[in-house]
Amino acid sequence: MSVILGSFLVSEYAAVAVFLLVGTGIVLFTFGLAKVIRPSNPTPIKLETYECGETPYGTAEIQYNVRFYIYALLFVIFDVEAIFLFPWALVYRSLGLFAFVEMFIFIAMLVFGLFYAWKKGVLKWV
Amino acid sequence: MTDAFLTNLAFYVISFCVIAGGIFVVSSRNLFHSAVFLVFTLFSVAGIFVMLSAYLLAAIQVLVYVGAVAMLMIFGVMLTTQLSNVRIRYMNEQVWPALLICAGFLALLVYGLTDTPFATGNVAAPVEGAKAIGTLLMTKYVLPFEMVSVLLLAALVGAIVIAKKD
Repeated sequence: MSVILGSFLVSEYAAVAVFLLVGTGIVLFTFGLAKVIRPSNPTPIKLETYECGETPYGTAEIQYNVRFYIYALLFVIFDVEAIFLFPWALVYRSLGLFAFVEMFIFIAMLVFGLFYAWKKGVLKWV
Repeated sequence: MTDAFLTNLAFYVISFCVIAGGIFVVSSRNLFHSAVFLVFTLFSVAGIFVMLSAYLLAAIQVLVYVGAVAMLMIFGVMLTTQLSNVRIRYMNEQVWPALLICAGFLALLVYGLTDTPFATGNVAAPVEGAKAIGTLLMTKYVLPFEMVSVLLLAALVGAIVIAKKD
């Protein structure tokens, strides 16, 4: 298996793995330590959800405004557009003006879409 | 602690995360928890891509699946009335047909995996994969590349037309 998989230690992603492990470990350690050494003396007021000093009411599971969804959809479109920028940026220097013009057309096409959304009043919060 | 051992360890840990996350997605009784575990599972799949030296694919997995698709699902749960409160039943009423389909799919996978001649030699991973994709997109496949933007534009306009009826 180790033959077909990329070598782990030489990969820069070994640092990502260490980062994930240390990051998770620190959180678990500090919260675990706090749980061990703190006195536990709960009262109903202490157990209330902290909401920036306001008294919380209702449940957290409410129906959110459906208006958010169109922003999510727009985000998905431009997210997919951003994907194509990565391989382009890697070879941009070697391909020069031609690659620049191609990406310009690509992005201009989506700027039209953004203009359409703007004109339709999608970006406005009514 | 050799390199091969660490590579294998990383592979098994990531695979465990994918499978455990997937099981939580289908067995959680809260739809919102399912959606969050789906994010975890999709992120772990990106780890598998990294181990296969498919770095661009890993980046796409994180950006599109973890960033966009999972977010759409969480939005879908949060925007639906009373859906996040519902304790869903996760027992299927049609256990036998489901089992039959699963067994058939498993047999297909096993058949495909045993039948495929996998390269087991010391195959060098294509390190410059993303660069090669970039060059191909800019030269040989320039028309499909520009068509993608037209497709995205159509999706954008379509989404707006459907979402804004007025």
